[in-house]
Amino acid sequence: MADLVTLTINGKTVQAPPGTLVIDAAKRAGIEIPAFCYYEGFSLQAACRMCLVEVEKMPKLQASCTLPVAEGMVVKTESDPVVKARKSTLEFLLTNHPLDCPVCDKGGECELQDMVFRYGAAESRFTEIKHHVDEKQWSPIVFYDAPRCILCYRCIRVCSEGMGVGALGIVNRGVYSEIAPSHGDHLECDECGACIDICPVGALTSGTYRYQTRPWEMKHVGTICTFCSNGCKTTLGVRNEKIVRGNNRDKSGINGEFLCIKGRFAFDFQDHPERLTSPLMRIDGKLQEVSWAKALEAVAKKFAEVKARNGKFGIVGSTKTTNEENFFLQKFARQGLGTNNIDHHRSGDVVTLMDALAGRTNALATVEDCYQMKAALVVGADLAQEHPLLAYQLRANFRHHNARVYTVTRGPVREDQYSVSRVRTEPGKELEGVESLRPMLSQEPELLILFGSSIKGEDVRRLVAFADSLNIPVKYICLVDYSNSRGAVDMGLLPDLGPGYQPVDNPGLTLPEMMAATDLDVLWVVGANPLARYSLAAANAFVVVQEMFLTETAQRADVVLPAASAYEKNGTVTNVTGQCQKLTAAAKTMGTKPDLEIMGLLAKEMKLNLGIWTVQSVFEQIRTQVRGYNIPLPVVATGQAAQTSPLNGRIPVISRPDLIQSASNTLFTSGSLGRYSKKLTSVLEYPGELYRP
Amino acid sequence: MTFSPELEKKLAKLIASYPPGKEKSALVPMLMFTQDEVGCITPELVQEVAKRLNIPPVQVDEVVSYYSMLHRKPMGKYHIQICTNISCLLWDADKLFEHACQKLGLGHKQVSADGQFSLEEVECIGACSWAPAIQVNYDFHHHVTPEKFDQIIDSLKKVQ
Amino acid sequence: MLYNEPSPLETRVLTRRFGLPNSAHIDTYLAHGGYRSFEKCLEMTQEQIIEEVKASNLRGRGGAGFPTGLKWSFVPRQSPKPKYIVVNADESEPGTCKDRVLMENDPHLLIEGVLIAAQAVGAKRGYIYIRGEYRYLIDIMDRAIEEAYSRNYLGKNILGRGIEFDLYTHTGAGAYECGEESALLESLEGKRGQPRIRPPFPAVAGLYQCPTVLNNVETFCAVPSIIEMGGKAWAELGVPKAGGTKLTCLTGHINKPGVYELRLGFPVEKMINEVGGGIRGGKKMKAFIPGGSSCPVLTGEEAWPLTMDYDSMAKAGTMLGSGGVIIMDEDTDMVKAALRIMHFYQHESCGWCIPCREGTTWLKKLLTRLDQGLGTSRDIDLVGDLAQNMLGRTFCPLGDAAALPTISIVQKFRHEFEAKIAKVQVAMPASANHPFVVVQ
Ligand SMILES: Cc1cc2nc3c(=O)[nH]c(=O)nc-3n(C[C@H](O)[C@H](O)[C@H](O)COP(=O)(O)O)c2cc1C
Ligand code: SF4
Ligand code: FES
Repeated sequence: MADLVTLTINGKTVQAPPGTLVIDAAKRAGIEIPAFCYYEGFSLQAACRMCLVEVEKMPKLQASCTLPVAEGMVVKTESDPVVKARKSTLEFLLTNHPLDCPVCDKGGECELQDMVFRYGAAESRFTEIKHHVDEKQWSPIVFYDAPRCILCYRCIRVCSEGMGVGALGIVNRGVYSEIAPSHGDHLECDECGACIDICPVGALTSGTYRYQTRPWEMKHVGTICTFCSNGCKTTLGVRNEKIVRGNNRDKSGINGEFLCIKGRFAFDFQDHPERLTSPLMRIDGKLQEVSWAKALEAVAKKFAEVKARNGKFGIVGSTKTTNEENFFLQKFARQGLGTNNIDHHRSGDVVTLMDALAGRTNALATVEDCYQMKAALVVGADLAQEHPLLAYQLRANFRHHNARVYTVTRGPVREDQYSVSRVRTEPGKELEGVESLRPMLSQEPELLILFGSSIKGEDVRRLVAFADSLNIPVKYICLVDYSNSRGAVDMGLLPDLGPGYQPVDNPGLTLPEMMAATDLDVLWVVGANPLARYSLAAANAFVVVQEMFLTETAQRADVVLPAASAYEKNGTVTNVTGQCQKLTAAAKTMGTKPDLEIMGLLAKEMKLNLGIWTVQSVFEQIRTQVRGYNIPLPVVATGQAAQTSPLNGRIPVISRPDLIQSASNTLFTSGSLGRYSKKLTSVLEYPGELYRP
Repeated sequence: MTFSPELEKKLAKLIASYPPGKEKSALVPMLMFTQDEVGCITPELVQEVAKRLNIPPVQVDEVVSYYSMLHRKPMGKYHIQICTNISCLLWDADKLFEHACQKLGLGHKQVSADGQFSLEEVECIGACSWAPAIQVNYDFHHHVTPEKFDQIIDSLKKVQ
Repeated sequence: MLYNEPSPLETRVLTRRFGLPNSAHIDTYLAHGGYRSFEKCLEMTQEQIIEEVKASNLRGRGGAGFPTGLKWSFVPRQSPKPKYIVVNADESEPGTCKDRVLMENDPHLLIEGVLIAAQAVGAKRGYIYIRGEYRYLIDIMDRAIEEAYSRNYLGKNILGRGIEFDLYTHTGAGAYECGEESALLESLEGKRGQPRIRPPFPAVAGLYQCPTVLNNVETFCAVPSIIEMGGKAWAELGVPKAGGTKLTCLTGHINKPGVYELRLGFPVEKMINEVGGGIRGGKKMKAFIPGGSSCPVLTGEEAWPLTMDYDSMAKAGTMLGSGGVIIMDEDTDMVKAALRIMHFYQHESCGWCIPCREGTTWLKKLLTRLDQGLGTSRDIDLVGDLAQNMLGRTFCPLGDAAALPTISIVQKFRHEFEAKIAKVQVAMPASANHPFVVVQ
């Protein structure tokens, strides 16, 4: 402890490493110094002057947000001069701030309100005319009300430093200063809304939430975003079973406060008018609404009949349903229906990676590793578009720790802004590009490798061999697409592998094989849309689809069972880095059921004994039966991320690289689901482009 | 957008005067010099400057709106700037400004219909010891009385 | 060209070539001892040059009066980064017009001063940041720089001695805040003129985050004569803790306003009555500002016995500042003066920090009202109170610059505010848009 600096704050002895800012040292000692512009993780501004403190032997009050601790320093954060200064700064702020709190979205959650409440507004001495400008709409997402803006520059920093976008600027001078969007009168950006959430007042508001409700009228449910594989926590604000807001302002979860447009705003598919709310059955060639009982009965009957005559099932699972659902589905298939014809849309070669790394410990990276590791190599992926959280972490790692980032990609990517070296290659030639970086990479103390879907099969093994030859510690992330793509593999939604990568005795049909099999009797699709990419060869196949919308696949169905969305169910999902997190139902759509319940009811209807199908009991089965999933329950239960560890044995199957293909989603798309978010489709940037900075 | 050969030469020299990679430094001078030729900072000019310096246009907008000598709308051919700051005020610059308003029929930041004159009340222009002072475009005039002001304007009118 | 007659009471060191025919030309400069100090420096070590400047007691002429030699000594000797010289020729402090005459009449003096500074710290590149309004000075400086290149005083191999230094002009575009050193650097980097967090100071991390010597024009112009005369002799021109002469701009109600080079420590009375020919119209002096509108205002009585130097002014509660002397006679409307000064700071506040941005705006509104006689005695208290609330709490000194004159005017001339509001009878607030109603 010799190299700690000792100082006194409000009479309390505090120790902090040299270079710590007084505001942070105080915070760690439980003393909060108010601030608008200071924001941990972003560049310093010292503009709001709220954090002024008294420091002995210094003539003027000092901004604690830029003042490093010094040995023997004596700081007072609530002395009379300090409180008087704060009060007067607030008085200044309120002169041009419209006092429209009753209709302001931020009312009740506003840092300015809180601060005035704490330090007292005193009498109104300002009797002059306020400076007014009209509110502006910059995009379907972002609205800006300049008079409410207190110019703390948080939005500008989160956009340029946090997101690497730099779409916001500041125009005019003095009291006329305001925030300005990237293109004259409108924004062209990621539309992530980070600026809105970080705004301490109601200057930036969202097109989704504005004038919808008061914050205290919502219930707030923390769950996991359903769109991409990064697994961000999003806290949904729900009023009357309708989701009205998404954010993660409490910074819980692996993403801290980060969310992209999908996690923050695209929840609106939940009450899309085309949402299915009743089971449908093909009667007289047309899909017609029927009761749940009738639909389940029809399906169970058909399943039992086909099973009885040893007919051919094809089962397609989802990359968005929960681990419990996936586990139960494969159990249903294998034990209930006696088939290994089960598959899902594979978007990354997880299997070969697991095999190549078999027996190692510490070879799979976490989201946190993206922020901590000294060097990172991105191969064949547009990280900022496809894996926004991982990209955000890398960017922060560069900002805070000077991480050295290398890219080997087809075209320019956002990581180029700060990468130490960038190689452009044709897809499929990435490994040559990687090889060309050998001299630099071998100088690194450690390396994180993130690779996309073009690295598959033998290329994965070559990549691992290359990394081994560097003789440095290396960790990997195999980039997959969707919120539970990883869970789908782990739970064994594969014809040749059961849960936990255990090979099955007689492998079944792959997804394309099922689609091509002219003698298929039943196609059962749970939360997927294979007919968007394949055509179904078996004209007479009985098609059962569990879906939220009438997708291409659902339109071909004989029975459609309306499913609850991820935001309406409990369970767990596993993200791209193998971190298992809990989904908590936030809302409900009348008429729908969670897929697990649908499957359970079907099993019941068929009188199959597949065990209890509550979320808890299936999760217990996963914990005990799936390799790598023996994770601590309290971690998951309390909403944290539990690291799974499936790296413990060879996997003697051929991973079928030909079946692996990423959907190449952008920031604004997410397979079939994204189309049903009006927010996503309404922004100028939709559907987005890969490989553009 | 293309500029006159002389201006292009000037801009090339300007950009070369900053270390490699620091070309953004040329932004303010570039806007000043191009504004002199184009007449004001048009949206096209913002795009052009952003392109030449390889910066996002919003960064140009940030700068344009900060500096008081950069204008979004054209000023008159003769832009009359009257300092009314303290040292000039003590020599009746406020009255001179009022006189100028009368004489030109213009108010602060207004441009005459024929585009010949514009008037602006400006902050200290660094001529305090020879107050009151005005600038016509970049030319200084010191010890300006209302009579002298009229002479200046009348002679400018004759030039036209 | 000289805009006012010189005075026999001047001590013309920096301005000694003023008035010579073709004084801006390098031949004139060379014929009158030009660039000799620089050549002398070529035989000196960096430490020796800095020691000489320290011995001269030269204090920065831009307003803050920081010891120049000390500032130069902060530049890290061993730095892998390039070093820069930046000349602050933004001259925007109301009442100040001295840098302009230096550059106009003797541009090579500035170039030589810069060269010596470059020698002293090992810089290879310099910029002269000239305010946008001074376009004609850019032409003059560019011409002088060209001459210096052609005579081998600038370039890659100066005087065949293997020394490299390039000098460029850079124009501002109308922003007082760009005179503040860190805002100037931001502006020079192509950004809004918003000040930076300090420390680090420019000497350590200035232009492009590299070590930078940033001084006022007059400061650089003083350096050649310091090297020529020796620091000690130069120091003796002034007072014990501040050496040399100071270009003083006499402005306002005085018979012979103009820029004069006076020794530091020059008595105020002599400066006004003898150099400046007395108060205009034989009137009494009501108020006196020693160094630009950012300084606290003194009453005539307070000012008369003082001398023009840093310590004497500090003792009287004000500052020597930039040397922009503003003299106001007995007929001056001090409320109007306070308003005009606040009008300026409100216009120039960059908007970065809350107390300055909102404080200047509120004060301008309030003073506008008081100037119209609309207000109560509580409003006068409010002016002083708001200014106090800005003082020492803003991000950069501009907030102080706005607060200080205001506080002093309200304190010392409160009766003028009272008299104004007494003339107009007002009723209490009627509505937010028309807070005061005049009762006929
Ligand atoms: C608001 C503000 C405006 C300033 N304007 C000028 C200016 O126009 N010219 C100048 O030389 N210094 C100006 N200064 C002072 C500079 O910040 C800096 O102290 C000075 O240029 C340093 O040079 P010196 O040590 O030679 O005085 C200003 C300071 C402030 C706070
Ligand atoms: S005091 Fe604050 S607002 Fe004023 S000029 Fe300085 S930084 Fe800008
Ligand atoms: S938090 Fe320190 S000035 Fe704003």
